[in-house]
Amino acid sequence: MIPNPTPDAPPGAAGPPGPGAAAVAVAPGGGAAVLARLRGVNVSLLREVALLPVLVILLIVGTIVSPVFLTVSNIAGIGQQISALGVVVVGESLILMIGGMDLSLESTYGLAPMVAAWLILPVAAYGSGTQLNPFLGLLILFAVGAAIGFVNGLLIVKGRLNGFIVTLGMTIVLAGLQNGIVKAQSLFNLPRAFGYLGSAYFGQVPVSFVVAGLIFVLVGLFLRYHKTGRAIYAVGGNPAAARAAGIKVERIKIGVYVAGSMLAALGGLMEAGRVSAVTGQQGYGEGIIFSVFAAAVIGGVSLKGGRGNMIGAASGVILLGFVQDILDLANVSNYWIEAIDGGVILFALFLARIVGGESTAEEK
Amino acid sequence: MTSSGPPLVGLRGVDKRFGSTLALHGVDLSLTAGQCLGLVGRNGAGKSTVVSILSGLISPDSGSVSFEGAPAPRVGDVSRWREWIATVFQHSMVVPDLSVAENVFLGSTDRFVSWREMRARTRDIMREWGFDIPAEARCRDLAVEQLQIVEIARALTRGARCVLLDEPTAALERDAVRRLFARVRQMVDGGVAVLYISHHLEEVFEICQDVAVLRDGELVLTAPAASLSKDDLVAAMVGGVQVSAAAHGHQPASGGPAARRAEAADQAGASPAGNGDAAILRVEDLSASSPRGRLSGVSLQVMPGEIVGVTGLLSAGVATIGRVVAGAEGQSGGKVLLHGKVVEPGRRAAAQRAGIGYIPEDRRSEGFVAHLGVAENATMTIADRLSDSLGLMRPRRRAAAAAPITTALSLVSSGPGQPVQELSGGNQQKVTVARTLAHDPRLIVAITPTRGVDVASKALLLDALAGVADRTGAGVLLCSDELSDLVICDRVIVLVRGEAFTEFTEPPFDRDELILATEGLSSTAEAGAEEAAQ
Repeated sequence: MIPNPTPDAPPGAAGPPGPGAAAVAVAPGGGAAVLARLRGVNVSLLREVALLPVLVILLIVGTIVSPVFLTVSNIAGIGQQISALGVVVVGESLILMIGGMDLSLESTYGLAPMVAAWLILPVAAYGSGTQLNPFLGLLILFAVGAAIGFVNGLLIVKGRLNGFIVTLGMTIVLAGLQNGIVKAQSLFNLPRAFGYLGSAYFGQVPVSFVVAGLIFVLVGLFLRYHKTGRAIYAVGGNPAAARAAGIKVERIKIGVYVAGSMLAALGGLMEAGRVSAVTGQQGYGEGIIFSVFAAAVIGGVSLKGGRGNMIGAASGVILLGFVQDILDLANVSNYWIEAIDGGVILFALFLARIVGGESTAEEK
Repeated sequence: MTSSGPPLVGLRGVDKRFGSTLALHGVDLSLTAGQCLGLVGRNGAGKSTVVSILSGLISPDSGSVSFEGAPAPRVGDVSRWREWIATVFQHSMVVPDLSVAENVFLGSTDRFVSWREMRARTRDIMREWGFDIPAEARCRDLAVEQLQIVEIARALTRGARCVLLDEPTAALERDAVRRLFARVRQMVDGGVAVLYISHHLEEVFEICQDVAVLRDGELVLTAPAASLSKDDLVAAMVGGVQVSAAAHGHQPASGGPAARRAEAADQAGASPAGNGDAAILRVEDLSASSPRGRLSGVSLQVMPGEIVGVTGLLSAGVATIGRVVAGAEGQSGGKVLLHGKVVEPGRRAAAQRAGIGYIPEDRRSEGFVAHLGVAENATMTIADRLSDSLGLMRPRRRAAAAAPITTALSLVSSGPGQPVQELSGGNQQKVTVARTLAHDPRLIVAITPTRGVDVASKALLLDALAGVADRTGAGVLLCSDELSDLVICDRVIVLVRGEAFTEFTEPPFDRDELILATEGLSSTAEAGAEEAAQ
């Protein structure tokens, strides 16, 4: 086997070698081995912050485009805008890491808050009339997310169906339900408990931003230090080897689908709070799934599974947020904004491939 | 080397570096028409890099490759390169979803494909070589061994002037090896140059006129085979490193099997062959249908500290019984009992929890997660034990847990975080073995644990298995078609066509008798297969 010319140390395995390292037998010619180890650390560190220069460039561009860009209120606004997307990206990244994919996260992002709001609101506001306690409604929101993830997981893992087509079909079904239950109306007048997460501020800092940041940090730590987190990398990297090592591959996969969908539901709740409504457009109608995949892939999460980390995913989300905001501030015509947005994302993918090196490359 | 002109294939001063590793340094190698050159060396010595360079997959950093004195085609110009050299790779280069015939003619069909002709020619080759694989079969459904046959068939259709055989016999039965050697001699007599890469030194002596030895990326010896002894060759390969006794075909250092068996019997307080309740493993009337070979009604038992070998031809179910016992594959009938308790069939995680360790047949597909680190792979089976009540575990703790095991196996890596994909084959296998030993199994199922591993590592791995049986009283079920693996066994059961044919209970085992037993019914089996193919 040809050794991989660019060592790609995964997050958990990287970091400065501890005292245990000394006990591992070192190759004859220890000097070279030590050098390789140091290089490995540097390379992986570089990889994790690979997008930092791009973000700095965008900061500069933004400042040039508009004096408003680098103000506290604008940055706080970006923070609030990207929080919902970010939470969904965490969910999608987890699913990508086990070697799966879930297109239906965008519909879950719309349907889960729709069902919850529908159960909470009175008939006059196009609700169901059950007028559920808002806190119970939030439980329902997560239950809807969990149920969708569980069904996806069962179909894909136990039913051995293709994840692409299962979740594509699920996307359409869920988006249909989202419009069906409210006859394509939008739900306003959400109770405070429902809208709080997406709209409240701690001083100048949006609550949703704090929550999203916390989720990134916790999931990042989970992936790096929790046995299940490590198992996710193993399952995505080589399911057969993970199974042979006694890891319950199917259980972990289904669990990740459930977790991913619950995160999508939470993201949907944030978005509903931010715009003070649940619309039929939220999620599938806006087509957020492209941004979700783009942020993950720009951040170095492999579509083939087994690779990726939360620092990268977060960088990808922030990058998309900057781009979107700069386009808004530059007063790009509304007719053209989508084309330019898409073009910039494609360019960012290319850029991430260049700075990210071999690990972001598709196989030849 | 009698030819006075430029060599058919020449490497001159070749250097190749991968990251910080110098894989090859100043290698000069030449092959003349009608020469069979054996290339040997330990895992990581640079053999695979030589193969990659000669096959036109990678270019050297410095130095040159020439064919009859002219510079080689550029790297990537596959079709021109193939006019000179055809390579049979060690690792499968087969497209799994295509048929056997398509794979044999992969990249060498005419513009318009005649399926009928392609299949007919494939059948001809298979028949000529006595291979038993239908041309229409989908490669995904074939066993590892059969895939290699497909690759050999592919190289044979090319008619190149130099053939590079990278571990061609690793997966072949003895009859097929004999046919291969006859064909290689025929090619060499016809003026084809053959570069023969193998871990089996006796094969090299049997078929090669000259031998070249690589060590740590340098060519340390090139000489006519007749002028060397096996010990000379081993000495050149390992340099200063001490080779354990098992490499020379003797009993491993850590206590003979007989002594260990007596000891185990003392511990158990019963005769190993007798009382079934003392047995660690009891397999009762096991049946399974598997693409790796079917099992019909096999029973056996393994006592504490006992190493039981299972051998036979590849299709006889040797790997299947290991996989079923380890829970990697389900069964159609019979029971597997560990300490008298039924092991849930077909559930690897349950089998591991019950105490069954598993060293799988194909380390690349099941043995490790390539881009994760050495320590993480080695401790993958004990993640529960290494994590606290919240499930958190620190990389440092993982490295500390892995260190004693990897050190005991002399695993060479740049550190606990080095991705396993960067290690040589022998060290990768040590990671797989470390992962198995880590969870202190009561029974270790090892399937062909030394395949594709160099002599020194082979001895070390077998010693490690024998040592664990010795120290912890764990049982070992060693499923292998490599007779040299069986030196550490206390008993050997020979499977023929999925049934226990005979059992050898008195080590040391007579090699010829073992071969006779494995092939005892094989002549009729082959006759049957040939009839079926026609």
